[in-house]
Amino acid sequence: MTSTYASIILLFPLFSAAAILLGLKKKANISALVATGSALLTLVLSVLVLNAKEWSSVTLLQWSKVGGLELGIDLKIDQLSSGMMLVVTGVGALVHLFSLIYMKKDAGKARFFAGLSLFMFSMTGIVYSANLAMMFIFWELVGVSSYILIGHWFEKNSAADAAKKAFLTNRIGDFGFMIGILLLWAATREISFDGLSNAVAAGNMAPGLLAAATLCIFCGTVGKSAQFPLHVWLPDAMEGPTPVSALIHAATMVAAGVYMLVRVSFLIEASGWAADVIAWIGGISALLAALMATQQNDIKRVLAYSTLSQLGYMVMACGLLASEAGMFHLFTHAWFKAGLFLGSGAIIYACHHEQDIWKMGGLKDKMPVTFATFGLCTAALIAVPFTSGWWSKEAILEAAYKNDGLLFPIAAGTALLTAFYMTRLFVVVFFGKGRDSHVAGHAHEVPMLMRAPLIILAVLAVLAGFALIAGPVLGDEYAKYSQFHFSVPAIVSILTLALGVGLGLKLYAGRDREPVNIKLFANKFYFDELYAKIVKLCQDSVAAVARVLDGLLIDGVGVGGTRGFANMTGNALRRIQSGNLQGYACLFGAGVLVIVLLALL
Amino acid sequence: MPLPPGGAFNNRQPAARSGTNTNDPDRLSPLDLLIFLPIIAAVAMAFGAPARSAALAAAGANLLIALCLAFTFVPGDGFQFEARRAVLNSPAMGFNVGIDGLSLVMVLLTVLVTLAAVWVRPPKEGGEGFWYSSALLIAAGAMGAFVSTDLVFFYAFHELALIPTFLMIGMRGTGNNKDAAWKITIYLGFGSLVLLAGLAWLVVAAAAKGGEMTFDMAKLAAQARGIEGGTQEHIYLTLLIGFGILISLFPFHSWAAPAYASAPAPVAMLHSGVLKKFGLYGLLRVAVPMLPLGQSAEWIQHILIILLLGNILFIGLVTIAQKELDMVLGNSSVMHMGYIFLGIASGNAIGYGGAVLLMFAHGISIALLFALCAAVREKTGTLQFHRLGGMAKGAPVLGLLFGMGAFASIGLPGFANFAGEVNIFFGGFANKSDCGCLGWLEWATILALWGVVMSAVYMLRAYRAVFKGQPGQAVYGVTDIGQDTRIPALLLVAALLITGFFPNLLLDLVRPVVEALAPVSR
Repeated sequence: MTSTYASIILLFPLFSAAAILLGLKKKANISALVATGSALLTLVLSVLVLNAKEWSSVTLLQWSKVGGLELGIDLKIDQLSSGMMLVVTGVGALVHLFSLIYMKKDAGKARFFAGLSLFMFSMTGIVYSANLAMMFIFWELVGVSSYILIGHWFEKNSAADAAKKAFLTNRIGDFGFMIGILLLWAATREISFDGLSNAVAAGNMAPGLLAAATLCIFCGTVGKSAQFPLHVWLPDAMEGPTPVSALIHAATMVAAGVYMLVRVSFLIEASGWAADVIAWIGGISALLAALMATQQNDIKRVLAYSTLSQLGYMVMACGLLASEAGMFHLFTHAWFKAGLFLGSGAIIYACHHEQDIWKMGGLKDKMPVTFATFGLCTAALIAVPFTSGWWSKEAILEAAYKNDGLLFPIAAGTALLTAFYMTRLFVVVFFGKGRDSHVAGHAHEVPMLMRAPLIILAVLAVLAGFALIAGPVLGDEYAKYSQFHFSVPAIVSILTLALGVGLGLKLYAGRDREPVNIKLFANKFYFDELYAKIVKLCQDSVAAVARVLDGLLIDGVGVGGTRGFANMTGNALRRIQSGNLQGYACLFGAGVLVIVLLALL
Repeated sequence: MPLPPGGAFNNRQPAARSGTNTNDPDRLSPLDLLIFLPIIAAVAMAFGAPARSAALAAAGANLLIALCLAFTFVPGDGFQFEARRAVLNSPAMGFNVGIDGLSLVMVLLTVLVTLAAVWVRPPKEGGEGFWYSSALLIAAGAMGAFVSTDLVFFYAFHELALIPTFLMIGMRGTGNNKDAAWKITIYLGFGSLVLLAGLAWLVVAAAAKGGEMTFDMAKLAAQARGIEGGTQEHIYLTLLIGFGILISLFPFHSWAAPAYASAPAPVAMLHSGVLKKFGLYGLLRVAVPMLPLGQSAEWIQHILIILLLGNILFIGLVTIAQKELDMVLGNSSVMHMGYIFLGIASGNAIGYGGAVLLMFAHGISIALLFALCAAVREKTGTLQFHRLGGMAKGAPVLGLLFGMGAFASIGLPGFANFAGEVNIFFGGFANKSDCGCLGWLEWATILALWGVVMSAVYMLRAYRAVFKGQPGQAVYGVTDIGQDTRIPALLLVAALLITGFFPNLLLDLVRPVVEALAPVSR
């Protein structure tokens, strides 16, 4: 039964997207309802799958078969995929509901909901993948849904550029991902996770090759989860509508990279030094992104860098061979970060699409529900004790503390920065007085259909870490993470929280302007500028040189002989040419005849 | 690589189940209809038949016939729907037709692109007869080449198709079309000569081993296996260059982009989509099965790998530097030939299967893009990026369809191109290496994978420049495409999606052929 449910969960959003594209496009409201209905249905079915606990594998489609290579759309239904599906469909359904209001008057509403449905289809495919090839297929499809949704307002140059940048950056990661798949297949002739796991366990792969392949696979994560050095696309992706940011660029798609690492944790465990590289990339991303977040003024960009930073935590956990902790943080983060993004969406909606936090202020009284839910989600993000984020961050700090002396201070520093920048955001947006009467002056609470998802997410942000919720979704072994015991990481966690919040309050309470100016952070360590320079140098100049070479060498000198010949015969033919079509064609016909005769003799 | 004698031809047998009888020499074949319906329509136009209706009727009928053939075709049963009409007895030559899975895929490609190509209306009034009859003659020539089982007709039909190609570019093209027409004529004429030399050498060398001279492909395949290794290699190289020029193999590619840029839409669609595949088809039909020692020679593989990387990496960079939509498409078409060559260079069934899939997919997607590119030119009067932008606002359907073509061509899963590419990449890693390290082919595959990033760069840049962002100066007041562009584009998109979701539909046809070309690697 579960396999039927899973197939429906996968295919229904595809039908919804196709139906909107093919017929419903002109009827925007019906399109929106179809997409939302499909999202709610998949949520119900995901709960049923999780409840039934019948783990199985099923081949949905034998996709390609030639020369001994068989690629199939195979669904793997186990605790991990079912739990992840609940996150995807849960956040997905709430975001669909929220979008019904948020995108109410948008001219491209039908297109938007078709994009959301396409995304749900692609993401489901990643989650249920039983083999690497299928995962790659849906990996790319997720990339294109993200491209479509980031570029939803495509008439804006910035949105069009951001969409392109996101897709291209991801393609660079996918380049490595595909090489990794090919290396693993060449060594083991397996692409299914089960088959690979057995082959690795049997020691069929040389350690060097295994490490290289693992790192190549990890490139996919670096792209999709926006890890250093491919992190540059995610902040720009905030050009998309805010519900998209909540669903795709916070809770689910960017977490797919981490989910994939959890799936291939058997590779990481066997890969030796490659695991250290993964842990360090995660740690560096977490710290760098947190530093950048401290100086952003766009409410969504603060959250985007925060997402980068939290994803860094999860990747670090996977690299430290604590993929359970990574998955746990993925789970809790999905709820509170989606809550934060939808909250910011409510704020932006109320503030007439203004996103600069320094133009907001004093929203606490005008939007009490948003204020409260945003507060609870913030508490979870900065790991206030006994919120969901506290339990999961604790698990990661624990892993860092046990495994590597140097990564622990990095993780703790990131925790401090997180508390600091979120306090800054919260204080500046909700407290003080409205700094711009046009923006915050007329703000009022958002409609019910937008409030309800906020409330649900805020409740989950607090409670999702407890065994009562995490256990059934992720598995009973996750119950151990929500049991408090005193340890160095726990104490450090509370200290960094107090310090970060204290510092944030001291610096930002009552301010109307940014008191701290650190250009390096505000300009994101100049990564974009650096990359732009490199790309310009490499791609454009080489391409220009290539074009000149193409014209000069190959056309001018290399095949110059032919060209001279061409002109000569051209002139000769022109002389013979009688100027009318028939004569012209006859000449060519005669030529063919001569050639055929030549062949015969 | 030990191959059974006869290679792809060894499993031919009287295909009783498909209702054809190979022993009846005067039989007609439904394949004759595929060749002659377009020619009859073209002749009818000369006698005053309404050009557009005649062309659509012939192309539509051909699509239906080809689909019927595809449904009655029995995969793995060798050549089917055969008819043999001897023209000469010694040397054995005849107007013989028949299709196996490989040719059937090319037939399907031809009929699909042909119908789409004749659906596109000429931009100016007048000269309709010439416009449509040229398109039909190109299609008939390509079709003849794909269904001929006699080397002479295989070659001659392709030559026949080139004539209307040259004429249309020279007489109905745009921009610098006279130069482009001469360039393509000379290049392809030269390529055809090299090819002719190679084919003649093959026939003569085979006859020296096997007695009587024959142009019958099946007999020739059996004979040619007797040729010594060194000679096989040299003939193979000659064929590679000859076919290579026709396929725009680096560095013989520079005719392609300008020719496609100035060609009228149906010609750009039919040549880049269908006729160019003749060279690739020829490699898989003639060079690979008949000259196995040439195909497996390491030094030839190395040459091919270097050249195909030129197609992918060098032309990839050239494409990125282009500032006009038609030049991006023309160059991208050259670049993508590199992947198909990679599949052929892999020498295993996975790579061959991927190559055939990509031949089909590329043909459909590039035809789609050229058709829509012509619509952009018609709507705005320009294809220069700096004058375009934001077209998806005024022309959403055009934007959507072009986007699908663009994403198909950069290998997005769901479209057939991805299925081809992914099999080619797996094919690049399918040969067991002795040293446990990466060989030429594996490194070439990795570099080719980088090409996938490059094609995303130029395609998305082009899409961004034409359809996204703020409207460019040439775009104000632009309207969407009408039914005459929508219907053929939808036909091609549907073909890409169906074969992209279910590539086994095509692979089921091709699998027996490619697995006979190379033993299954396990």
